Amino acid sequence: MQTATTHPGSGAAHADSHAHDHHEPSFLTKYIFSSDHKIIGIQYGLTSLLFLLLGFMLMLAMRQQLAYPNQPIPIVGGLLSKVLGNDMASQGVMQADLYNAFGAMHGTIMVFLAIVPLAFGAFGNYVTPLQIGAPDMAFPRLNMASYHFFFWGGVVMLASFFIPGGAAKSGWTSYSPLATVADLNNVINGQTLWLIGMVLLITSSLLGAVNFIATIIQLRAKGMTWMRLPFFVWAQFVTGFLLLLAFPPLEAAGLLQLSDNVLGTSFFLPTGLVYNGKQLDVSGGGSPLLWQHLFWFLAHPEVYVLILPAMGIVSEVIANNTRKPLWGYRSMVYAALAIGFLAFIVWAHHMYMTGMGTKIATFFQTTTMMISVPSVIILSALFISLWGGSIRFNTPMLFALSFLPMFGIGGLTGLPLGLNASDIYLHDSYYVIGHFHYVVAPGTIFGLFAGVYFWFPKITGRMMNEFWGKVHWFFSLIAMNLIFAPMFIQGIRGMSRRMYDGGATYFSVGVGADPGILWLNKFITHAAVLLAVAQIPFIINFVWSIWFGRKVDSDNPWQATTLDWQTPTPPPHGNFASTPVAHRGPYDYSVPGAKRDFTPQDQPN
Amino acid sequence: MEIPYAVKPRPDTGLYNAKVGIWLFLASEVMLFGAFFSTYILLRVQAPHGFWPDVALGWPHGLLNIPIGTFNTAVLITSSVTVVMAWIALKQNQFARFRKFMAVTVLCALGFLAIKTFEYREKFGHYVIQLNDGSRITGHLNVNGSSPLLWTLKDVEAAKLEALKVEVDIPNKFRFPVGHPIPEDIHKAHQAGEHHREREIKVSDISSLKAFIPSTHPFFAIYFTMTFLHGLHVFGGAMVLFYFGFIGSGMWKTDPERFTNRIEVGGLFWHFVDLVWIFLFPVVYLL
Ligand code: HEM
Ligand SMILES: [Cu+2]
Repeated sequence: MQTATTHPGSGAAHADSHAHDHHEPSFLTKYIFSSDHKIIGIQYGLTSLLFLLLGFMLMLAMRQQLAYPNQPIPIVGGLLSKVLGNDMASQGVMQADLYNAFGAMHGTIMVFLAIVPLAFGAFGNYVTPLQIGAPDMAFPRLNMASYHFFFWGGVVMLASFFIPGGAAKSGWTSYSPLATVADLNNVINGQTLWLIGMVLLITSSLLGAVNFIATIIQLRAKGMTWMRLPFFVWAQFVTGFLLLLAFPPLEAAGLLQLSDNVLGTSFFLPTGLVYNGKQLDVSGGGSPLLWQHLFWFLAHPEVYVLILPAMGIVSEVIANNTRKPLWGYRSMVYAALAIGFLAFIVWAHHMYMTGMGTKIATFFQTTTMMISVPSVIILSALFISLWGGSIRFNTPMLFALSFLPMFGIGGLTGLPLGLNASDIYLHDSYYVIGHFHYVVAPGTIFGLFAGVYFWFPKITGRMMNEFWGKVHWFFSLIAMNLIFAPMFIQGIRGMSRRMYDGGATYFSVGVGADPGILWLNKFITHAAVLLAVAQIPFIINFVWSIWFGRKVDSDNPWQATTLDWQTPTPPPHGNFASTPVAHRGPYDYSVPGAKRDFTPQDQPN
Repeated sequence: MEIPYAVKPRPDTGLYNAKVGIWLFLASEVMLFGAFFSTYILLRVQAPHGFWPDVALGWPHGLLNIPIGTFNTAVLITSSVTVVMAWIALKQNQFARFRKFMAVTVLCALGFLAIKTFEYREKFGHYVIQLNDGSRITGHLNVNGSSPLLWTLKDVEAAKLEALKVEVDIPNKFRFPVGHPIPEDIHKAHQAGEHHREREIKVSDISSLKAFIPSTHPFFAIYFTMTFLHGLHVFGGAMVLFYFGFIGSGMWKTDPERFTNRIEVGGLFWHFVDLVWIFLFPVVYLL
């Protein structure tokens, strides 16, 4: 409905600035250097979806190598040899260095360039101001800067594939001293670019976080009290604080490691470090553990950055499609706040193997068990919300519903990793890979898919195709489980992560016979191919629907209550036709005595 | 379209947007410098007992110039006071007075940086020299009357010197040698109460020569990193204050309230920069 001819975001009070606001912006200022939160949200969304695809393609190449070690990679093998050289892919066969580089970059790209920017940058930017009834973010130009830092961070990361020595190879965790010595032949190496890229990405996140929090505190519409905020906004609010406070220590750590790599300092290099049989010419006196502390101080809160926005999206979709208020909204809000607080005191559960004392291990086990409680509260509240609802099983809802058990599996399998005794056995095995992928892949990604299908009509004015959406959902759900469930078995039977031939050498010359898990490598890889195929309907549906999808028949096609749906479609610059006022809570569905089964937040009594 | 509360405070929070923004930003800065201070603590706690350079990786003490550091602290605190005075002057509608205080603030910032640069330079010309017999000395080089910066053994070889003239530091009272890493005659000179001593050292006796730079010792690594990043903050803050107070001060005529807010926000950042130094100074200079 392109009926947005009213002056954006204004009451009569702004009529005088009318003429001033209406000069046509050029393409550059409208789409590239835009300071409108919706355009920035779309920029974030498209960029991060592309990175999501890239991260997945890297993994497909790696999975091929795991299933068929030392055989040429079909289709792209020759190209990889040509572009990256024979050191990396000799006659199309993935070498250990390339596996390591792809592995590190898969993790980095997925976390920092795909999921966070999609969940926080894209959905957060587009939806948050709409849901709180604001005309834009508090600092539109910082918002623009945030995207551009992100973009250049991504460019630096991509460029690192093509420099001599290739991209960073020391895992997404970049543990020192490995990260410093991995590529001593090249002064500017993949790790250096990784660190520069990270500093740019962190800067972007910090700008975003300041902006989001300030926006939510300051720009809530009249009547939009804290307890009337949609849960999505709360999730973004807590996410903002996690980014704001957890990222700076990693920025510090990144600068220190950069200094180790470029200036020859020894922040993370122990005394007497020997590499390749030679003592390194460094002062020593540093601490590898320090890197791990600084890294995990960010990276644990980061997992909540990955999951909270998805929980927010799922909550909106579930409330909307059960046609009933969320059960336990308040406890969900307090649970999210509790997560935000506890997330800062669990980090060392990633470091049980570093020989910490039992007292410290006990502390971190305790806090880790504590933080599972609020997650369980949120998940339970969402499950209970389904009870007695007249559920509409549309595509967003199917993804949202699948999120619940998938995140459940991811969360429950995390408990043995949080307990010192069992983690010592499971640490660094495929069990860990299975665990956190259940959280971030069928968990977060399904939440994000739900969001894409849900807000697509608001953003474009057109619906995505339901049939192909359901096909996408069905095969993705099957494939995800076929990929990640067998990893638990592999891990429990002793398969380590980060092995470039999937354990073939390890089990033949290392620890003896294959304990019956190597065939699963092939199985998983085939499932990953199925997952890839299942994304084709999504990609076509997405692109097609932008131009040819069915037009929405109203501004509020899902008949939702929150303010984001009470805007023209797509929302104009300034968002609302008239300044909105909130009169009620976010989920007034099926209010007894009301004419319709939903009562928008801005509807007066 | 106008963003609400960009200038006027929002009634229920009592704050305008930029003030919320700067406080949030400062919270993240606290975490950033917090990480650096934690790094300092960890490196220092795990350093071997005894003092560098007597003990190979012991923590050094007394290498920084305390009077200069104290003076610099005073300079920075002064600027923190003047930035508040500038803001008060604006509130009282006295633009000329505001200008004066802003000028003092920015000059103090530049003075601080100049002094810091001088201190850095002094470190770059100060060397630790490892001799083949296992002893270690520190001091300044004297090559034809000048004191070269950032030399390594390669530069000595390139200069085709047979022997190096070194102004050797006599270990000060904080340091107590463990074993005998200090050459015997210097030890004697120390006991005789001398402070400086020039020696000629044969280049063939030297096994390594390094200036007091980050790669020489974790103390220098963390000292330079923290003070450099703090210096960047000083520089950035001074630029912003200069822009607000001089280049962009036309806003005082068009939008005085917003202009005053700007100065307040800039001032908050400036206090933070000052505060970091107030922690940094005792930690690296005194402790
Ligand atoms: C959806 C399809 C995905 C598949 C098939 C997949 C598969 C894998 C596999 C097999 C590994 C282990 C590689 C090894 O240890 O040798 C891995 C590592 C990893 N993945 Fe994924 N992944 C997927 C999505 C994601 C997503 C969405 C994220 C993040 C949010 C993610 C983050 C990571 C991280 C951080 C690592 C660890 C990298 C390292 O060892 O440093 N992955 N992935
Ligand atoms: Cu964790």
